[in-house]
Amino acid sequence: MTSLPRKSSRRKLGLVIDLDICVACQACAVNCKEWNTSGHSAPLTDLNPYGKGQNGVWYNRIHSFEAVDEKTGDSQTINFPKSCLHCEDAPCVTVCPTGASYKREEDGIVLVNGDICIGCKLCSWACPYGAREYDETEGVMKKCTLCVDKIYNETLSPSSRVPACVSTCPVGARHFGDLGDPHSEVTRLVEARGGFALMPEQGTLPVNRYLPPRPKQHQKPKDQTPRMLEHKDDSSDGAGLLARWVDKVLSA
Amino acid sequence: MVANPFTTVKEEVELSRMAADEVKTTTCYMCACRCGIRVHLKDGKVRYIEGNPEHPVNQGVLCGKGSAGIMNHYSPARLSKPLKRVGERGAGEFEEIEWDEALELATKWMGDARAKDPKKMAFFTGRDQSQSLTGWWASKFGTPNFAAHGGFCSVNMAAAGLYTIGGAFWEFGEPDWDHTKYFMLFGVAEDHDSNPIKIGLGKLKTRDDAKFVSVNPVRTGYSAIADEWVGIRPGTDGLFIFALIHELLRAEKIDFEYLARYTNSHWLVYDNPGQENDGLFVRDKKGNPLCFDLKTKKLLDATSAATAKKVKPAFVGERSTGRGKPKARPVFELIARRYMADEYSPDAVAETVGLKAEDIKRIAAEIAHAAFEEEIELDIAWTDWTGKKHKTMKGRPVSMHAMRGISAHSNGFHTCRALHLLQVLIGSVDVPGGFRYKSPFPKPIPPGPKPAGKYTQPNSPLDGAPIGNPTSPEDLLVDDDGNPIRIDKGYSWEFPMSSHGLMHMVLHNAWAKDPYGIDVLFMYMANMGWNSSMNTSQTIKYLTDKDENGEYKIPKFIYSDAYYSETVAFADLILPDTTYLERWDCISLLDRPISSAHGPADAIRQPVVEPDRDVRAFQTVLLDLGARLGLDGMVNEDGAAKYPEGYPDYIVNHERAPGLGPLAGWREGGTKHGRGKPDAYQLDAYIENGCFWQYELPPGQQYYKHANQDYLEYANYMGWVPDTKPIIFQLYSEPVQKFRLAAQGHGKVQPPEKHRARVEEFFDPLPTWYIPVEETMVDVEKYPLHALTQRPMHMYHSWGSQNAWLRQITSFNCLYIHPDTAAKYKVSDKDWVWISSHNGRVKGQVKLSTGTQRDTVWTWNAIGKRKGAWGLKDDASESNKGFLLNHIISELLPEKGGGYRYSNSDPVTGQAAWFDLRVNIEKCAAHEAGATEPMFEPAKRQPNAFDAPDILQYGKNLKGKPMGGQAPLETWVANRHENAINIRGIEDGRETNPHGKRTSRIK
Repeated sequence: MTSLPRKSSRRKLGLVIDLDICVACQACAVNCKEWNTSGHSAPLTDLNPYGKGQNGVWYNRIHSFEAVDEKTGDSQTINFPKSCLHCEDAPCVTVCPTGASYKREEDGIVLVNGDICIGCKLCSWACPYGAREYDETEGVMKKCTLCVDKIYNETLSPSSRVPACVSTCPVGARHFGDLGDPHSEVTRLVEARGGFALMPEQGTLPVNRYLPPRPKQHQKPKDQTPRMLEHKDDSSDGAGLLARWVDKVLSA
Repeated sequence: MVANPFTTVKEEVELSRMAADEVKTTTCYMCACRCGIRVHLKDGKVRYIEGNPEHPVNQGVLCGKGSAGIMNHYSPARLSKPLKRVGERGAGEFEEIEWDEALELATKWMGDARAKDPKKMAFFTGRDQSQSLTGWWASKFGTPNFAAHGGFCSVNMAAAGLYTIGGAFWEFGEPDWDHTKYFMLFGVAEDHDSNPIKIGLGKLKTRDDAKFVSVNPVRTGYSAIADEWVGIRPGTDGLFIFALIHELLRAEKIDFEYLARYTNSHWLVYDNPGQENDGLFVRDKKGNPLCFDLKTKKLLDATSAATAKKVKPAFVGERSTGRGKPKARPVFELIARRYMADEYSPDAVAETVGLKAEDIKRIAAEIAHAAFEEEIELDIAWTDWTGKKHKTMKGRPVSMHAMRGISAHSNGFHTCRALHLLQVLIGSVDVPGGFRYKSPFPKPIPPGPKPAGKYTQPNSPLDGAPIGNPTSPEDLLVDDDGNPIRIDKGYSWEFPMSSHGLMHMVLHNAWAKDPYGIDVLFMYMANMGWNSSMNTSQTIKYLTDKDENGEYKIPKFIYSDAYYSETVAFADLILPDTTYLERWDCISLLDRPISSAHGPADAIRQPVVEPDRDVRAFQTVLLDLGARLGLDGMVNEDGAAKYPEGYPDYIVNHERAPGLGPLAGWREGGTKHGRGKPDAYQLDAYIENGCFWQYELPPGQQYYKHANQDYLEYANYMGWVPDTKPIIFQLYSEPVQKFRLAAQGHGKVQPPEKHRARVEEFFDPLPTWYIPVEETMVDVEKYPLHALTQRPMHMYHSWGSQNAWLRQITSFNCLYIHPDTAAKYKVSDKDWVWISSHNGRVKGQVKLSTGTQRDTVWTWNAIGKRKGAWGLKDDASESNKGFLLNHIISELLPEKGGGYRYSNSDPVTGQAAWFDLRVNIEKCAAHEAGATEPMFEPAKRQPNAFDAPDILQYGKNLKGKPMGGQAPLETWVANRHENAINIRGIEDGRETNPHGKRTSRIK
């Protein structure tokens, strides 16, 4: 069994994902794959890439589902990107028999040391979020690294030092920062938007947060827009208005 | 490393590997959006592609397609050498030949056709981003038979816009994302402007003070995040828009001042039924349209500056136009009379459009509220075209966007016009918060020139460009009997205003020799042998059918593509193209540029890697063929090639007019932009600037471009408009009326009898709505459902399913249906069903979705693939479970009286009416479930095809050398500064880094 850092890290790097504006374009998932297939746990192997049963290692997957309100019958489509949540009490770490799964003291990132992973898959059973990806070809477990080899990388330009999924997101639905710092922008963003942890009942203390869909504009109580326009003329052909418009003179 | 199981080994994570030997910028081509990208190269391979933060289109972001570029670049479906067909068409039997032989063969075939009659060579291009070159080439070759793919894409959107407001959506204009308060998005297939729309929606939603309404039969993608989803019945958007207009008119929520200033709403129209001037504008001797001045009670030139300054024009009222002359009424009166009628009230249209009348009324009220109660005023001074100075810019913050969803119906031209009418009536075109033009738009309405090609001569060029915009029957490309001159029947009486041609009819017409047979078919980057054609099974027959002498009915087919698409197998000669990372290109202001509302922009592609195969960029090949054929402009006087270095040579040195070339930036010594002599270092200057050029318009030119003196002067200098006259919105279209008058028996050029009634019916000078044509001709009780297709966002405008990463996201398509509708048809989730239309049936699997309008079924398009194509294995889901709805969409309408079958297209423009399809569904027998039909014999793979591995470990060896070191961390919020400052609670403490992105250091 592997120990978590004795003291929980002060810095808790993580993602904040805005479900209000995710359109499921797949940019985050593919850009992640693209960076990481040559990254820390390279490669992200693809099986049968050109035939039946194509199936590869992805750190980030987008799920779209429809939620139906049983009372009103209203339904809504929710796009839900999912990757490792870098839990503070990560069961994937404590279950690991070799120490391959571990949580970094410096920043809280959960990683897999591929050199000592024996591919027993206990961690994928332990993870309540299904956020682990087994690479059958390499015989090791892989997972989101929060682009640990990108965010601190001195050889990259500053604009690239951010998780691939974040910098590439076209709608700006993904945010990255220190959720352990009560004053950080991401923390304040979570507070401002009522961000939530995924399945807190699992007790894993995930670091990542999701921002819920905003109330739809037409459901907002303060909306003062009239429900319909007042017709200036009730005739069936608008004759009254036409008659009035004959002399309509524009103001200067 | 030796692991001791009793101690935890601490991993030394390398934080700073040398990820790239070099980072090069270029322009993405994974779809049609043309984002700037930074390509990280490692050991000569592509390591990583990211968005270029400096680039005006994508501002650093990159979508799923762009991020999957590596897999297209290394796709096993790549072609690697010119191919000559040796087996039967469609079998995929080829031999590799050398380029010299391929080019000699092509030159011979084309040269023979040109010597006989250049029309005998038809040149049609698909996802061509070099249309200013290909159209010019066709013109020099001398064939009118040229078009790109617009006819089967969104020509209705483009034509309606160009004939109404001098621009349209996507490359023509965009919503004012920064200021709009009410944004309406119409129709499926909205993703043409992929990343800018996503960036804009993110911005708008994060700002949290605007409403986003999606009018769409399907709630996927953008509609999923809309504040309100309006699940409209397909093909009825025009009626819905008219009901909104009805409400606005009835409530007098109309911007009359805007109408008087910028539109023809006060122009007088003859009311003289049955006569040759009925419905034409009343004009003075100089030809200027007249209006009635309420102050002086006189008819005055409606377009003069003096009128604009002083006159109080009448919007309503019958006026005399002179003794013995017919009466006339202003355009606005015609508009008001038509749309205020009860037939367009929300209550009258509700059932047809499938919405509640109260919702339509509420949306009209919301539009009016945003437009008139939330008016915005920017503190920006500007001068209008009359010289009048304005201290501020006022705006009505309602904006709209639409693309193929409303366009690809046979009533699409009028629906798109209706949408522009709505925008203009509330005064929201090119104003703050409204819709904004992108340079070089707006253009004169419609833009010149007229289509060329009426007369062709052996070995001679045309006297103009084959694609243009007709304004009257005299401009049509018809012979003296009124028969079509073009192979696609574009600009004929069947489709008079076909601004982009009808590529979807070329194969049928060439096969049927209607209007005539051709000798050589030349196509580029268009999968016409599969998902880009209607009626795919029959289209395959057109390509493979032989005459009584055993000759193919379409005798010679030359095709250029980078990949082994389905179409390749049917061609006689293949000219293999490069991938987008191996080529030069220009995204030109002469063509379809990458400008934004903030200012004009153009871009280049540069080769970031060398081809590892014997392939050549198509544009370079085209110029080579032009030189071999001795085409004007492609050879010097001594007969030598004018652009011996190929496409980059042309990009730099070609001049369309003195000083005007394909690229606007860094001309003449690198000092001039827009106009200037060619500069040998121009491409270097582009590369140094990230492969794009952009000019930000001064604030005073950012809005009201159609009537903005300073902007119009700049646009004229840049060659985008012929003069500095204002562009007056044509709510009432006189060109359309001229075609109707001809059909009514007026003028020298009239339609043949068989087309007369049709032209009269559909050429309405004001937007109208009618039931989509095919729906009126098929038994809608037998085919009760509408059927639609769209591309998934991660494949939109992208090609093929050869992409190893993207096909893991979608490898087969289902038929989506509302659960209530499914219950009616006794169909359950995952059932296999027959989907049938009047044109046959296709088999696919059902998926239930509440986000589907109840009278509609839909599926992802172009996921189904033919076995043997795209480097996929025969067991791939794409060719076993994926299906094409195309099989059951006929390219011809059913026979009407007389036996003639018109194309299944908009009768005004020839836009392919993909979305008019009506179907029935029926659960298939148990033994039929599990595989799609129809299915075709696999084509053989190309000779020496790349290996398609069973295990792909791309990037394994590209990790890069450890460099040590650790950069300070940066936090990222909302991706863009504009977004971040709109998030409550976090607006302080930020800095903008030099790379344009907003970041702040983590302390």
